Order: sequence, then C-alpha cells, then structure tokens
Amino acid sequence: MNPTLSFFYFLSFLTILSAIMVVVSRSPIHSVLYLILTFFCLSGHYILLNAQFLAAVNIIVYAGAIMVLFLFVIMFLNMKEEEEKFRGNVTKIAAAIVGGTIFIILFGAYRKTQVGTYNPYEFKSQTGMVESLGMVLFRDYLLPFELASVLFLIAMVGAVMLGKREIGERHF
Amino acid sequence: MELTAFIIKAIIILVIFGLTLLIAMYSTYGERKVAGFIQDRLGPDRAGPWGLLQPLADAGKMFFKEDFIPAQANKWLFIAGPCLAMLTALMASAVIPFGSTLRYDGIEVAVQGVEANIGILYIFGVVSLGVYGIMVGGWASNNKFSLLGAIRAASQNISYEVAMGLSIVAILMMSESLSVGSIVAQQHGGNWNIWYQPLGFIIFLTCAFAECNRTPFDLPECETELVGGYHTEYSSMKLGFYLFAEYINMFISSAVVSALYFGGYNYPGMDWVYTQLTAAFGDIAGHNVATLLGTAVFFGKALFGVFFFMWVRWTLPRFRYDQLMNLGWKGLIPLAILNILITGIGVLFIQPSLTAFLK
Amino acid sequence: MLTDFGILLLFILAGLGLLGLILGIGRLLRPDRPNPEKNATYESGEEPVGNANVQFNVRFYVVALLFVLFEIELIFLFPWAVVFGNEDLIQQTDGRWGWFALAEMTVFVGMLILGLAYAWVKGYLDWVRPKPAIPATESPVPAALYEAINKKYESKTVNKT
Repeated sequence: MNPTLSFFYFLSFLTILSAIMVVVSRSPIHSVLYLILTFFCLSGHYILLNAQFLAAVNIIVYAGAIMVLFLFVIMFLNMKEEEEKFRGNVTKIAAAIVGGTIFIILFGAYRKTQVGTYNPYEFKSQTGMVESLGMVLFRDYLLPFELASVLFLIAMVGAVMLGKREIGERHF
Repeated sequence: MELTAFIIKAIIILVIFGLTLLIAMYSTYGERKVAGFIQDRLGPDRAGPWGLLQPLADAGKMFFKEDFIPAQANKWLFIAGPCLAMLTALMASAVIPFGSTLRYDGIEVAVQGVEANIGILYIFGVVSLGVYGIMVGGWASNNKFSLLGAIRAASQNISYEVAMGLSIVAILMMSESLSVGSIVAQQHGGNWNIWYQPLGFIIFLTCAFAECNRTPFDLPECETELVGGYHTEYSSMKLGFYLFAEYINMFISSAVVSALYFGGYNYPGMDWVYTQLTAAFGDIAGHNVATLLGTAVFFGKALFGVFFFMWVRWTLPRFRYDQLMNLGWKGLIPLAILNILITGIGVLFIQPSLTAFLK
Repeated sequence: MLTDFGILLLFILAGLGLLGLILGIGRLLRPDRPNPEKNATYESGEEPVGNANVQFNVRFYVVALLFVLFEIELIFLFPWAVVFGNEDLIQQTDGRWGWFALAEMTVFVGMLILGLAYAWVKGYLDWVRPKPAIPATESPVPAALYEAINKKYESKTVNKT
C-alpha cells in the first residue's frame, strides 16, 4: 500500500475516533478538545486533497475562533464534571431515535446518489490554491459574496443583542 | 539524492529547533542583563563568566523542583496546558525563511523548514491556536485567579488577532502571495516592506506585543489582582514551559516582523556582496557563504527585535484593561482597515504612475 | 519523498517528542512528596472557598462572538488580497479590474465597519472603567504640614540633581 493511502486510512480512523469521543466524553471541555482534534484531522484531509487554503482556513476559523468561543461559553457557564445533571433515560432514547432516523435518511440518500468520479487526465492540482479560489470568488460568485457581508452584519447585530444586559446588573 | 535532500531537511529542522530553544534560553539571560543595564545594576553575574551559565542554572532548577498538581485540578488538562503553549510556540518557526538557498551536490535546499504555499496563513493559524495553552491551563487549575487570568489573556489575544490579520492582508495586497518565502524574496536588497507599510508595521508590532502577553500588554499576569494569572498553580518544568513559550514567541514574532517588514535575509548591497563572494570562492561555495551571511543578517534583525521587546518592557508602564480593549477594538481595527484602503489605492494608482515615472 | 506538509507533520512530531523528553527527564529528577497542604488550591494563603465557579463579565463573551465574525470576514479578505493586484487581469480589463476589486471590497468592508460601528455606538466595546476610590482617612496631621515639608526639601532635591 502506498504511504499516502495508509496515511489517509490512519487519518480517517483518527477523525472518526475523535468525533465519537466528542459525543461520548462526559465533560464538555473534553468534548470541545476532541472537536478541535477532529478539525485538525479534517485539515489533514484537506491537505491530502491539496486544498491548502481550505486546510488553513479550517484551522483558523474552526479551531482558532469558533472553538475559542465554545471554550468561553463552557467556562462562562462553568459546566464542571461534578455538576453534570442527571440525564434521564427518556432523553437518551429520544436522542437515539432522532439520531438513528437522520442516519437512515442520510444513508438512503447517499446510496442513491452518484458519487462524483474524477478524470486523472483533467485533474488540476492547483484548484485548491488560494489564487484560483480568489479568481472564482470575485468573478463568478460576486453577489453571494456581497450578500455574505450582509449576513455578517446581521450576525454582528445579533451578537450585540445577545450581550444586552439589564440596567444595574454588573458581573466581574 | 533524495536521501541527501531529506537528511539536509532533517538537519535543518533540528537546527531550527535547537536554535529557537537556545535563543529562548539566552533571551531569559538577555532580559535580565538588559533590565540590569536599564536600571543601572549588574544583572546575573555569578554563574560562569558574566553569568553566562545562568540559563543552564535556571533550567536545572526547573528540572529539580517538585511538581504539584492541585487536588482539585483536572490532571490531564493541567499537563496539556503548558505542553500546548510550548508546542504552538515551537510550530511557527517551521515556515520562517531563515536564509535563501544552500547548494550541495547539485541540489538547492532552502534554509527554511517548509516552503508552504500558505505560509503566512499557517503562522496566523498557529498564533490563533496559541490561546488554547493559556485557556486550557487556566481552566484546568481550578483556581479563581487562574481562570480570571486565562479569560483576560484569551480576550486580549483574540482582540488583537483581528488587527494583526488585517495588517497582514495589507502586506498580501502588495506581495500577491501567501508564501513567506516569496514575500521575503520580493523585498530584495533594500526594497523592504516597511517603506510602503509604516502604518501596517506599527499595527503588526503592537499586536505582536499583545499576542506575546508582553509589557505593556502583560495584564494576564498581575501580582496585585491575579497573583500569577493563568500559571498561578504551576510549578517546576510546567511553569518553565509557560515562561519559555513566552520567550520563544518573542523570538518568533521578531523573526516574523523582520521577514514581513524588514526584508528577512535581504540587506542593501547584497548583490554586490554576492558577486564578490562568488568571484572569491567559486560558484557553489560563494553562494553558500552569501546565504549564510544573509542568515546572519536575518538573525541580527530578529535578535534586535527581541532586544526591542525587552527595551519596551523596562521603559513603558502597562495599560489598564479598558485602555487595552479600547486600543484594540476602537484604535487598531479601524486603523488597519484604513491601512488596507490606503494600500489598495496605493497599489492601483501610485504604483503604476511611479513605475512609469521611473522608466 | 516527503512533501512539504509531511515535513510539517515531522515538525509537530518532533515538537511532541521534545516536550515528552523534557517532561520525562523532569519526572525522573525531581522529588515527589505530595501532601494535602501542598496540593491545596492557592487562594492567598486562605482555605480555598468552593471551586473556580466565578461568573465573569458578559462582555468577554460578546468580544469572543465579535471576534469570530471578524475572523471569518478576514478569511474572505485573504483570497481577495492575493488576486487584487493581479497584473494580467488589470491588463486584460484595461485597468478596470483593480478599481472593480477595490470597490467590491470597500462594500464588503463597509458592512464590517457598519457592524463595528453598531457595537461601538451601543456601547459594547466600552469596558468598565475602574473608579479608584481615594481613601479619605482622618489624620491628626494637617495636609498643610506635608506641603510645607515638600516645599522645604524641594530646593534641596533640585540642587542635588
């Protein structure tokens, strides 16, 4: 087996393992750390696909920014292990049913879809580079790009509203 | 042939690691000597001649100290915190071009760990991960001081990261490449980015200070309010890791500043030196000597940067937390956006007319 | 042959190995005699009260949220910066590409500034300013006496330097 393929299998194994650990681990902070590990593995996959920019962005945005926010929230709410609330069996069964249904739907959908194949002779190794991404983004997908900025504005207003405090309230 | 290239790369990796650690070690010595000089006292002078063995003595102390893990702490995360801090500090040095190329046996090997297409994004990513070491360590200690210090440090780091990224964008608009190697190569001779990006340089430098948690931004550590901040509970080598990571970060950020703004291994008159050297030593040896000279110039710039960090530490008082946040969000971010717009107009309007004028 | 990212992986592994080595050596060398006092949480020498279950200012959370949004906007700026000054495109479009790209980004960044301005105006970027209370103690020594002493020695210190 060539080294890239074996590396791919190892990476996939690690990705799935850490993704399972996100769900299984009891302490939320462990979940977040496993999630970060999952993102790193995904970045590894992007690199194997030669999508270097995407790999870096995945690390910066997901591991570097969003997960920091998650950690903040966990520290903010102070969910320590000892304080974990008892989860009833009903919740577990409901979660299993919902998750199982989604899994079956996804499985059914994927079974029917045509998996895209690639032609090695037409394969462009430079597709994942930042230059080609910039070209595509700012020439062909201009309107979605500008609309995304409106979305950010809305999100920012929402973020500000979330932090709204009652008058006279003061935390340290 | 492949094996020699691989061995050269392996040696380069080990040398980069070793040099980074050595420089970080002697930065602690340098810091105390500089502090001594500025405050008109001697600084360490007992261990070895001029106190030169002081860093070794410190390292020995770190090794032999007893290590407590507080009973209430989360044991694994408590160990993981300083390791993460150290690892993120070490990782950034991989893509920094310390010199141009070395020729050996017909192969050209860049004096750089990795020449990645996304080098600058890699550095930015590693910097954005730097916050984890502090947050995880501070949280795992299960100590009020540590937690508050960690929150402060994390808030500070993320606030200044945005402005740092925006000032990097201005550099990219001129270089049109994300690779640090080509950004440095474009600043050939004395054509450094600092001449075009003075505002961006000041923003980047300020953010570098904030990211390293150095004075005037050393708020996470605050004896009167927060004791030792996020490393209150740490002792022995784990504390050493945190302190060491700070010095490595200092060196790395000086190296990045010198690569992005001060031309890295480029210096005025390097072409003349190159022709002289190739004439004197022959093609291959002359090229290698010129590269080593460039590397020495790079280290000179980076070490001056480290000295500058220390100089500022013993000169400026620290900010208050509200001043720090105001500077980050209300000062640096608008300025950095303005800098991008100015750069855009400069690249489109001034540069073509300037090149037409020079022709 | 190793690719660039293979070397990066080697870098990470070497870093991990180094950390493990240092911690391992430390573990072998140092004494290990824990007792409950040593392992107690530090709280200025007092008995620790509860655990680190402190509420902190909600502004920290707002700052983190704003940071995430800015970071994503920043990511959009990176590909733009790379293609912005592209000579070929400028040549092909007669110099219009550059202005077009700049205008495009001005709109995008304008939205960003609008969001920042909103948070600013609403006061979410204002941090609580500490209000230092100057202690007012009743002293039998009148303040004028101190001033008199300061005045007396003022000339001497000036002369000395």
